[in-house]
Amino acid sequence: MFGLNKKDTTFLLIVIALTLFTPILMQPFAEGSGLAQFNGGYPDLMQKVAIFGIFAVGFNILFGLTGYLSFGHAAFLGIGSYAAVWMFKLLTMNVIPAILLAMVVSGIFAAAIGYVSLRRSGIYFSILTLAFAQMCYKMAYSVLTPLTNGETGLQLSLDDPRVLDGASEGHSLPVTNIFGLPMNASYKLEALGHVFTFNVGFYFSAVIAIIAFYVAIRLFRSPFGMMLRAVKSNQQRMTYTGLDPKPYTLAAFVISGMYAGLAGGLLAAMDPLAGADRMLWTASGEVVIMTILGGAGTLMGPVLGAGVIKYLENIFSKINEGVLHQWFSFLPDGLEDLVIWIFARFTGEGWHLTLGVTFMLVVTFLPGGLIEGLKRLNKRIKGGSKKRDKYDDPDPEHRPEPGKHVA
Amino acid sequence: MGILEVKGVGKRFGGLQALGDVNLSIEENTVHAIIGPNGAGKSTLLNCLVGKLIPDEGSVTFAGTSVLGRKPHEINQLGISRVFQTPEIFADLTVMENMMIPCFAKRDGAFRMHAIENMEHEAELIAKAEKMLSDVGMLEKKDMIGSAMSRGDKRRLEIAMCLVQEPKLLLLDEPTAGMARADTNNTIALLKEIKETRDITIAIIEHDMHVVFSLADRITVLAQGTPLVEDTPDNIKGNPKVKEAYLGETQQV
Repeated sequence: MFGLNKKDTTFLLIVIALTLFTPILMQPFAEGSGLAQFNGGYPDLMQKVAIFGIFAVGFNILFGLTGYLSFGHAAFLGIGSYAAVWMFKLLTMNVIPAILLAMVVSGIFAAAIGYVSLRRSGIYFSILTLAFAQMCYKMAYSVLTPLTNGETGLQLSLDDPRVLDGASEGHSLPVTNIFGLPMNASYKLEALGHVFTFNVGFYFSAVIAIIAFYVAIRLFRSPFGMMLRAVKSNQQRMTYTGLDPKPYTLAAFVISGMYAGLAGGLLAAMDPLAGADRMLWTASGEVVIMTILGGAGTLMGPVLGAGVIKYLENIFSKINEGVLHQWFSFLPDGLEDLVIWIFARFTGEGWHLTLGVTFMLVVTFLPGGLIEGLKRLNKRIKGGSKKRDKYDDPDPEHRPEPGKHVA
Repeated sequence: MGILEVKGVGKRFGGLQALGDVNLSIEENTVHAIIGPNGAGKSTLLNCLVGKLIPDEGSVTFAGTSVLGRKPHEINQLGISRVFQTPEIFADLTVMENMMIPCFAKRDGAFRMHAIENMEHEAELIAKAEKMLSDVGMLEKKDMIGSAMSRGDKRRLEIAMCLVQEPKLLLLDEPTAGMARADTNNTIALLKEIKETRDITIAIIEHDMHVVFSLADRITVLAQGTPLVEDTPDNIKGNPKVKEAYLGETQQV
């Protein structure tokens, strides 16, 4: 189906089903119960997961397939956001032209930055992309203030032209919409003590994410995807086979830049403002961490990584000292303070410490990311709980591993 | 006029004259071996032919076209395929993918954005790749990952990857270096079969005299960056100048 083989089709259908039922799956705990703390924070969080999933899937096309580690992808995210907000200001509040322009503009930037950066590989390539992204950030912050509104960030205002929407009536800012259906509209359903919210913005992001994911599967399985893996594997052989690796890597760079621009455009569509902070190097680092945490070079890994990081961020940064006091109130006073002090380092403002520890553990024990963890778990379940020592591992020299599939 | 004409080629590395006034003509459909002691300039010469190095002087013409100043991938597209000293394959890809890449390169040129096409629809290329794999006796290994194979198999695969492009000239850089005797003999047998069954010119750089004498139609001996003699294998065997170059003047053989 859709030009995919059976395995990939099943895979895609599962992803679609998961996304469609997210509003239900993400509210496992009844509203007002003690565990509501761990609910998925729908729809804000789920929008973020879908959007950053797109960002990470695109990043993985470059990093996972060609092995070129870009440290400046947040620049394209930011450029996408600015382009989208300008579209909201000048043309219409409909999100479709906005995200299209976001992709085009970030694609142009990616072509220019990629053309220069791809003259080098390895660490030099990473540093070049980082330098370009920081330049974009600094320029958005200062020199380009007329375009970006500097520190304040680019926002909508009442006197924007919005040519297609006509003169705005009333005194409140218009909201982003898709052909008249506002992004922030939601339909609430109460059942079994749960409140299920079906939000337009989330479903819009989810549909775009599914399309982006589908395109990524096609690309991974296409001859072009094979060439990108060839770039990672052996550029020398590739050259002496009559292929020019440069246009292949540049195409991958532009495609992943456009994915980032799409994600940036969607962020603006959910909340129409764009700030320079979106381009900061920490944002570039975040997508690297998402991809590696989930599993670079796999299809599902980046989405999983994006989901885990955004979920952890949401949950852990919500836990403040007040919540901790509630949890540990049964402990004697002195001990309670100590335990709360320790936990407070890892929650609220300190949630990055949790992220850091998680990342270290995954990279050390599961170099293939969470996907590798799931695969091992699957093997363990199928193969029984037989204890294996390190000598039991198949020797790659003499026992070939089964065909490596990206999944 | 040979298919490959090298005229007056010289190459310096700083103060070292690696090649000086090299003239070489390789006839179509022959196996031409280039031998010589260590440091004679064999690899430098080869790198000048494939575009990795640009000679300081002289000309290199392949089938009437100058290769000077062309990039390695452009030279390959002209019809020169190269086998490396240590087998260079796509180690992270399967054997079949390793074969498909040169097939695409041959059909579509140096770059094509086939991002929407489906691999399974390329029946013609798949058939071509499978035919080649079965010719070199590796069809049953087509789903293996490159890095999991033995050195002999990697070499076999590399040669198959070059041949599937139907090159006019196949360059082999010490194809049996570091191989076990059995693997060496297999490789010789494979190359002999290629020589007999295909319309192809082969240039081979080799240390192993056993390999050279069992394959070559003509031999060029390089010493200190210049061709010493060029002759048939039988005449080379008895040539005193060759012994001298290899073993030194005073040595009695």
